[in-house]
Amino acid sequence: MKRIYFDHAATTPLDPRVLETMMPYLTEQFGNPSSILIEEGGIPHRAVGEARAHVAALIGASPDEIVFTASATESNNLAVKGLALANRQKGNRILFSDIEHYSITNQADFLTGMGFEIDYIRVDTNGLINLDDLRKKASEGTILACIMYANLEIGTIQPLKEAALILKERGIILHSDGAGACGTIPVYVNDLGIDTMTLSSHQFYGPKGIAALYIRKGVRLKPIIQGGYQEMGYRPGTENVPAIVGFGETSRLAMEEMGTRLEHLKTLSGRLWTGIDASIDFLHFTGHPTQRLPGHVSFWIEFVEGESLLMWLNLNGIASSSGSACASNLMAIDETGLKASHVLTAIGVPPEICHGSIAFSLGKNSTMEEVELVLSILPGIVTKLREMSPLYSKFKETQKGGM
Amino acid sequence: MPQGPYSDKVMDHFMNPRNMGEIEDANAVGEVGNPACGDVMRLYMKIENGVIVDAKFKTFGCGAAIASSSMTTELIKGKTVDEALKLSNEAVAEALGGLPPAKQHCSVLAEDAVKAALEDYKKKQGA
Repeated sequence: MKRIYFDHAATTPLDPRVLETMMPYLTEQFGNPSSILIEEGGIPHRAVGEARAHVAALIGASPDEIVFTASATESNNLAVKGLALANRQKGNRILFSDIEHYSITNQADFLTGMGFEIDYIRVDTNGLINLDDLRKKASEGTILACIMYANLEIGTIQPLKEAALILKERGIILHSDGAGACGTIPVYVNDLGIDTMTLSSHQFYGPKGIAALYIRKGVRLKPIIQGGYQEMGYRPGTENVPAIVGFGETSRLAMEEMGTRLEHLKTLSGRLWTGIDASIDFLHFTGHPTQRLPGHVSFWIEFVEGESLLMWLNLNGIASSSGSACASNLMAIDETGLKASHVLTAIGVPPEICHGSIAFSLGKNSTMEEVELVLSILPGIVTKLREMSPLYSKFKETQKGGM
Repeated sequence: MPQGPYSDKVMDHFMNPRNMGEIEDANAVGEVGNPACGDVMRLYMKIENGVIVDAKFKTFGCGAAIASSSMTTELIKGKTVDEALKLSNEAVAEALGGLPPAKQHCSVLAEDAVKAALEDYKKKQGA
């Protein structure tokens, strides 16, 4: 069966043009970029430099503000722990928005154990951070705030610029997890006024195992692993040259093609959105209706459980993702790992209802034909699952009784 | 076709649930819910002379919950009330070729649904 991949929020396929640029560094150009005085090292060294320039250009930064890491999770850890440790003398309060990724939120225990105090910034029902709450919580002794740029579960894009202004006048550092945004939508760090930002290569057609942290010049940050002098000492360890080269190329392509990709994604997701809205009742879209990632359509459906819906879509050749508790952590060692998504509960979706949540995330290679196919398949699955649901039959009875 | 952590049997019962629906003249109905994940299972039985002659279910839940419900109806059909009361969640999970650890509670839900339905039956008999 030909697959329809509508799960680009999880990861994207590697662009063949990107792979091509990586190949020499997986084969003949194997040298260590630190061995700069020998030919074997010189070529990879230059390639890393060029890639750094492409990644920097993608977000309007300068190359010496880019540090390569092995994952967005690592970048988020380097940022939060590194900034916290380097700025300790200024205070011990750290703010996380309520809808951060686990690679931010799960640092809370560690940081609390080190004497830091974590507070949370509320979001509204569309997933936008509450700026008044930010003003209130950005109090004396606060050194850092973490606000992601785009949320991959509900698609909402945060008003980072406004948040940055509030934080700047109080001398608070702003870290933004840009894994879901960079390479997909235009991101200009200087215009936004952020201090550090995470970028992830595999979120936009680059290889996995490579990410970056943008660190604005002058921002104090301590490395969290110790070793040699690679990445200006911020991130020691021999560079993953082929992945870095691929990250560079995918950044270059993203810049070059961003306009066309955005237009394409907006057309497709617009059709998907209106089609779903017209064909399924008791359906609720999640995230902000306009301030959202192009190509991202997320919703929950009453009387339909998310994992079952996801599995049926999959059996029909459609890949999607679900924020349902049951689908979120299927490999957990026991049921305590099953929790409704903290993002959905933060925007006010009742936990027992979070189970019906689904996100379709389209990519540059998605087609209108695929969108139409999904629109023709989804309603049938919803009907089938509702027929099985005791909640739905009860609801129908009360409807009848009420009329 | 196994899918992720689910066995062939789980997938079979998920894709082709046995005995899905309601029994109009059921004399035993049990509904249980799992607060951990919001699943709801409703089990209908038709019991004649102490024997479960028919069983059907309706379930709102994940793949494991649907498969557990389906398998349970198969396991209890033809059984006496006393035999059905002895049905354990392990037996349901085993009949499905095993469930992932995080999904064991779905088989517990099935066992609880059987017990709830039989309690309902006994209550109705007593009345």
